[in-house]
Amino acid sequence: MYAQMIKTASNSVKSRDEMSPEEAAFQDKIDNDIKIEPRDWMPEDYRRTLIRQIGQHAHSEVVGQLPEGNWITRAPTLERKMILLAKVQDEAGHGLYLYSAAETLGVSRDEMVEMLHEGRMKYSSIFNYPTLNWADIGAVGWLVDGAAIVNQVALQRTSYGPYSRAMIRICKEESFHARQGYHAIMKMAFGTPEQKKMAQDAVNRLWFPAIMMFGPNDSESTHSEQSMAWKIKVKSNDELRQQFVDQTVPQIEYLGLDLPDPGIKWNEERGHYDFSDPDWSEFFNVIKGNGPCNVDRMNARVKAWEDGQWVRDGLMEHARKRATRKVAAE
Amino acid sequence: MKNEWPLWEIFIRGQHGMSHRHVGSLHAPDADMAIKNARDVYTRRNEGVSIWVVEAKHISATAPGEKGPLFEPSESKVYRHPTFFDIPEEVGHM
Repeated sequence: MYAQMIKTASNSVKSRDEMSPEEAAFQDKIDNDIKIEPRDWMPEDYRRTLIRQIGQHAHSEVVGQLPEGNWITRAPTLERKMILLAKVQDEAGHGLYLYSAAETLGVSRDEMVEMLHEGRMKYSSIFNYPTLNWADIGAVGWLVDGAAIVNQVALQRTSYGPYSRAMIRICKEESFHARQGYHAIMKMAFGTPEQKKMAQDAVNRLWFPAIMMFGPNDSESTHSEQSMAWKIKVKSNDELRQQFVDQTVPQIEYLGLDLPDPGIKWNEERGHYDFSDPDWSEFFNVIKGNGPCNVDRMNARVKAWEDGQWVRDGLMEHARKRATRKVAAE
Repeated sequence: MKNEWPLWEIFIRGQHGMSHRHVGSLHAPDADMAIKNARDVYTRRNEGVSIWVVEAKHISATAPGEKGPLFEPSESKVYRHPTFFDIPEEVGHM
C-alpha cells in the first residue's frame, strides 16, 4: 500500500517438485515462520521483489513528508505546529529504517534515490494528492496513516527479518500519527459550522484515495500469489481494505460527519461494511504520473537532492581530511 | 557511488544499568555525525541514555552456514544448566 503494484520478479509460484533443494529449504523456513536474514540464502526473485517493495515503501515515507511539510508554517497553533513537526520528522526516520532494511539486500540508499528520481521506482499514489487546507492535515494523519497502520501491522509478520523489525518500530510511532490527525479533525468537526464543513470536505476528498492505497482488487492483482507464498505480503489488498473500512466508518460516525460514500452500509450477513469501489481508472492514472501533484513532488525531491549535494560532499571531504590528519599525527 | 556516506551500526543503552543494544543503522560521513544522527533518529522518545556507533565495515560476523558446527554442540550439554541436578528438598534452596 505504501508499496503498491509491486511486480513479483517471477510469474508463477513453483510447486515443490520444481524447487531446487535450496529453494525447498528456503520455503520450509518461510512456512515455519522462521525469519530470513540478510546473509541467508534466498532466491534472486525474492531479493529483487523485496528491494522493490521496501524501496517503494521508503520512498513513500520520504515523499509523504511533502504534503504535510506544506502546512508546518501555517499550523493554527504553536502546539499543532510542534506536533506536525514531530510527525514529519518521524516520517524521515521511517524512510531511514526502510532504506536500511533494503540496503541489507545489496542495494545502496543513494542508488535507490537515483532510481526514484529517474522514474525507475515509485512511491504511494496517495502522496500525489494535494493538502489544500488545515482539515486535510488532520484527515491525512487519521485516514492515510490509519490505512498505513492496517497494512504495516500485517507486515510485522513479513518473512524478511530486517523488514519485519522496521515495521515493528514504525508501528509503535505510527499510532501517534493517526491519533493526532483524528484529534485535529475532532476539533473541527465539533467546532463552528464552517470548520465542520471543512472537515466534511476533507473526508469526502480523501476517502477514495485512502482506500485506493491498498492497491487493486484481488481479482485484478496478478502478482500477489508469489509474494503471499514468500510472506513478503501477508494479507491481500481486499482483506486489508475491508479491515480499514470496518474500523474507520464508526470513527466518521462519531464525528457526526456524513459518510463519504453512499455505498457504505453494514452487511449483517458478512459482518462487515459494504462500500463502493473507487474509480480505478483514476488510480492507474495517478500511478502513471498524471495525478494532481506528481510533477511537483518529484521536482521537490530532485531539487532537495541536488541542492544538498555540496553539503554531503563537503562533509565527506571534511571527514576524509580529518582521518588523514589523525593518521599523520599518530 | 561517488561520495556515498558510509554505513554505521547504532547501539543504544536504554536505561542506566542495561547494556547497549543494536537498534539499527544509518549513513554519516564520520563518527561525530553518526552520533548526532543517531540521537535524532533513534532517541526521539526517551529510548536512550547513551549511544555507541560503529562503522558497519568493522563488524565481523559468523556465516549462516556455520550455524550447525558452532551452536549445535551446546544443545547436548544439558549438565551446564542448574536444573540438570536434582537436589533433595531437605537441603533447601541452592
